[in-house]
Amino acid sequence: MESIVLFAPLVGAIVAGFGWRVIGEKGAQYLTTGLLFLAAILSWVLFLTHDGQTHHVTILRWIDSGSLSVDWGIRLDRLTTIMLIVVNTVSALVHLYSLGYMAHDENFNDDEPYRARFFAYLSFFTFTMLMLVTADNLLQMFFGWEGVGLASYLLIGFYIKKPSAGAASMKAFIVNRVGDFGFILGMAGLFFMTDSIRLDDVFAQGPALAGTTLHFLWNDWNAANLLAFLLFIGAMGKSAQLFLHTWLPDAMEGPTPVSALIHAATMVTAGVFLVTRMSPIFEYAPQAQMFIVYIGATTAFFAATVGLVQNDIKRVIAYSTCSQLGYMFVAAGVGAYGPAMFHLLTHAFFKAMLFLSAGSVITAMHHEQDMRNYGGLRKKIPFTFWMMIIGTLAITGVGIPFSGEMFGVPIGFAGFLSKDSIIESAYASGIGYAFWMLVIAALFTSFYSWRLIFLTFFGKERGDHHAHEHAHESPLVMLVPIGVLSLGAIFGGMLWYNSFFGDHTKFTEFFGLPHHAEVEMVDGHGEAVVVAEGEEMHAEAHAEGMAPQGAIFVAADNTILDDAHHAPTWVKVSPFIAMLIGLVMAMWFYIWSPSLPKKLAESQPVAYRFLLNKWYFDEIYDALIVRPVLALGRFFWKRGDEGTIDGAINGLAMGIVPFFTRLAGRAQTGFIFTYAFSMVLGIVLLITWMTIGGGAQ
Amino acid sequence: MDNVLSIVTFLPALAALMLALFLRGEDAVAQKNAKVVALFATVITFVISLFILFGFDPEDTGFQMVEEADWIMGLKYKMGVDGISVLFVMLTTALMPLAIWSAWDVKVRVKEYMIAFLLLETLMLGVFTALDLVLFYLFFEAGLIPMFLIIGIWGGPNRIYAAFKFFLYTFLGSVLMLIAMIAMYVDAGTTDIVTLLGHEFSHDTITVLGFHIVGGFQTLAFLAFFASFAVKMPMWPVHTWLPDAHVQAPTAGSVILAAILLKMGGYGFLRFSLPMFPYASELLSNFVLWLSVIAIVYASLVALVQEDMKKLIAYSSVAHMGYVTAGIFSFNQQGLDGAIFQMISHGFVSGALFLCVGVIYDRMHTRQIDAFGGLVKNMPAYALVFMFFTMANVGLPGTSGFVGEFLTIIGMFQANTWVALVAATGVIFSASYALWLYRRVVLGDLIKESLKTIKDMNAREKWIFAPLVAMTLVLGVYPSLVTDLIGPSVTALLDNYHAALPMIADAATH
Repeated sequence: MESIVLFAPLVGAIVAGFGWRVIGEKGAQYLTTGLLFLAAILSWVLFLTHDGQTHHVTILRWIDSGSLSVDWGIRLDRLTTIMLIVVNTVSALVHLYSLGYMAHDENFNDDEPYRARFFAYLSFFTFTMLMLVTADNLLQMFFGWEGVGLASYLLIGFYIKKPSAGAASMKAFIVNRVGDFGFILGMAGLFFMTDSIRLDDVFAQGPALAGTTLHFLWNDWNAANLLAFLLFIGAMGKSAQLFLHTWLPDAMEGPTPVSALIHAATMVTAGVFLVTRMSPIFEYAPQAQMFIVYIGATTAFFAATVGLVQNDIKRVIAYSTCSQLGYMFVAAGVGAYGPAMFHLLTHAFFKAMLFLSAGSVITAMHHEQDMRNYGGLRKKIPFTFWMMIIGTLAITGVGIPFSGEMFGVPIGFAGFLSKDSIIESAYASGIGYAFWMLVIAALFTSFYSWRLIFLTFFGKERGDHHAHEHAHESPLVMLVPIGVLSLGAIFGGMLWYNSFFGDHTKFTEFFGLPHHAEVEMVDGHGEAVVVAEGEEMHAEAHAEGMAPQGAIFVAADNTILDDAHHAPTWVKVSPFIAMLIGLVMAMWFYIWSPSLPKKLAESQPVAYRFLLNKWYFDEIYDALIVRPVLALGRFFWKRGDEGTIDGAINGLAMGIVPFFTRLAGRAQTGFIFTYAFSMVLGIVLLITWMTIGGGAQ
Repeated sequence: MDNVLSIVTFLPALAALMLALFLRGEDAVAQKNAKVVALFATVITFVISLFILFGFDPEDTGFQMVEEADWIMGLKYKMGVDGISVLFVMLTTALMPLAIWSAWDVKVRVKEYMIAFLLLETLMLGVFTALDLVLFYLFFEAGLIPMFLIIGIWGGPNRIYAAFKFFLYTFLGSVLMLIAMIAMYVDAGTTDIVTLLGHEFSHDTITVLGFHIVGGFQTLAFLAFFASFAVKMPMWPVHTWLPDAHVQAPTAGSVILAAILLKMGGYGFLRFSLPMFPYASELLSNFVLWLSVIAIVYASLVALVQEDMKKLIAYSSVAHMGYVTAGIFSFNQQGLDGAIFQMISHGFVSGALFLCVGVIYDRMHTRQIDAFGGLVKNMPAYALVFMFFTMANVGLPGTSGFVGEFLTIIGMFQANTWVALVAATGVIFSASYALWLYRRVVLGDLIKESLKTIKDMNAREKWIFAPLVAMTLVLGVYPSLVTDLIGPSVTALLDNYHAALPMIADAATH
């Protein structure tokens, strides 16, 4: 069954990509969508029937070189099954949605077949993403990692005629490659230290890595910290964290379904998945964890500030994604892997939904994406409006505070439960910076999300009258996927709150963890033995060279979830209050006195432009990296190759060159040609003759 | 077939001889015949070479299918393959038919063109199979001549300059190698490579003109060989002949140059430098490692700003060969496996990239990047193939390009983390120049008047790419096909290498 889930999208991609002339464009679209629904249904079966244990399926040998031995294989544990339902559910719905969204596109002429190609890319993306999440070793994960990068490149640049799309796709690939640079070095380092890049082998070495140093560049570093740091650089690229985030907003050049699937729900969360997957290493790398927390918190804040002032509806959501990813990293960094994965799951639903709804708005408005030209759309496209409201309630975290004690599960939209669990974990970690950044970001999140709603659906109609007159609700095939995702946005949080965060017993059972402290642990001989102290337990398990049990690893001294549960009341209520403040501010700015934003922008031009231009990251990178690199390239070429090296050689050959020029003149007459040929032929004949002669003897 | 190696090696030369002797005339029929004979001969050579592949026992780390005979003046004729050379033989025989087929539209001196390629094939195969120093040298040097002529006669407008630059560079390197070979003969009393591999060359410090040379004979011989192999690779800073040679060479010439001729350098390091001069190799390893990673960064940066497609791919070749030398001089299994794999993979990928350039050069007669743009509209099949090989060149996992790059970086990390770090920046640069090239040539709207009527690839062109695509994918997904073949020989080479070092160290202390 795992193999069907994994390869169904690949089959769809190949058949649709190469065989659409045979089965037709329609056939290709229905086939890929059908296969994705099959994969999605089977994923849910796998998720719901999963027993919490880790299963391995080996498919094929891959690379064997000395002690390096890597297979293509599937690792099926709780983490994998969570990602399977996220990826396949969203992907299947996005396929369905795209049937409507991509039916007509003004970027292509009628005679240009683009639909089959689009669906083939979508399915190919899904396949590589599945390879990433099911990988049993780091190298296969890297295969998926790069595969999703390629798919993302192809889909961002899908409108091949648009220069901006070409630039954005290139930028996405190259910035991601900066991250991959860290990932590759991380893998090389892990292999150097543990002689393997299979996950189980690497995990078994966690404590050993924490206790050894690795000489890297100029210094001896703690191995676990260094390797975790290098891997995290990869995660920063893929998940668009600060400094490597610049590609994500530009990636909105791709068609909207792509933004929903790749740049909101699945691919960009790969970094969070990586950190969680590698928890047996990261748990032993406190400094790397600290780095993750600070990067995540800063990203959450930074992206939220930029989101406040953007006018392109997709860019607002893109910065929102960037910011939410920061939340997940904070959780993963403080060791709260449950909340990290929880938010990944709920965010996938409500963010995909927001993007798809935005796509519906964009379709209704004839591909206008500037919110300044929207307004008053709630009457024209009521379904989309209500869906967008649900998505906004989910992302801003609306719920009933303190309802958890009464009902066993807090009552609220998905984001209310998952985001609050992260903020509580951040507080429990004792890193005040992270906590406050996240709370402030929550306020901003609420503001920009409601700003989007108010600008789009409320107020007067702005911009092109024609577009407003013809604004219409999207076809059913686009609305159904949004509706399905809304279920996740409403109920997803409450459904799984206890498994990811709320209930200790359910949590350990869910992730297949050994019970902490006072509990039994199976030793190398398969007998149940009781070990007194958690710390020693792990030490012993590792001494036997075993990977820790379960889908994630929680070190014995990691009590973050329990601490989070015991956070003070004001902490627990702070995100809710931040949300309310954001909402009220947005209403004040965009409903009660709509002239206020303009005035504020005019009175604070520097701050406004700073935010509007995204803290000038693109400009700084252009000046500090892109231009100097190109200049250096030109310098090496003109001064290095042509000036110095060839100059020296030409100088050396000064005496010889005239002689050769004369020879060259003869070459054209055929003299040299005949001469050289007879010479070569002569040598060859001689040798041939000797062979035959030698053979005869 | 006891002498399958000789048959494979000389079959193309035999065909060349037949063409030279029996084919007359310059008309269309004669041209057609010349091409058919050449294609037929190379295909047959490939088919026979399959016997080498299937008859080869990877577990046997010695030389196999050895042929030995007396030759003139007491010299020996000796051939054989081991795990290090067998794949280069296969690469050569597999790529030659494709190169010949890609030259189907050549109109000038077709017969001679075909003869040149057939002779070149014999000489290249000879390099990889020769087990005698003199024989090796003959093949190695004579191989220059057909390539020199291919560039000098069928090349672009500035072909004479490029041909002589190519010839001078490689020839000057080779002269030093010849001197070293003579010295080796004097020292060991034999030119038999198998015997020489077991011979221990002196590494005692010697003094020449007041200079103390650590490593003595080994260092001098190593440097002499290095001069030749480094030029062939080509390594920075002796790489400048390659871009010019590529730009001026006809498409098929570029393919063979990039895919096979460059590999002679890497093969030479593995056959001579490492096993015969272990002390000097160890002594100079950091020097070579740094030259290698400088090549990766330098060539990548230069590739970024190129305006000529072939030059860009040529510089990309220089960068990729940097991984090869760095992998070799990491002296570990992953490094060497990766280096050999990278050479094989680069054979397919760079060959295909030059063919990609050839496809549009044949149509537009320019290689200037800014003369193109938006080709995807009229050439979807071409866009797909070019994308595929661009990604293989970038080193996307799942293509053969990744395996070599990854293994060599793994190898380098064990040898020197600085080197690994610098080499790993190559993954960023390669994506930058390759994707930028692709974007400028293929993507965007088709607005240039001159390109409006450009046609997609024809059936012949598609069939030439098909096997290259297949090999790139197969080796990317199942690289064990290669590593299983080369693994034991590489292990044996490394074992001998490491075994030689402590002995030397012991000897040095006394």
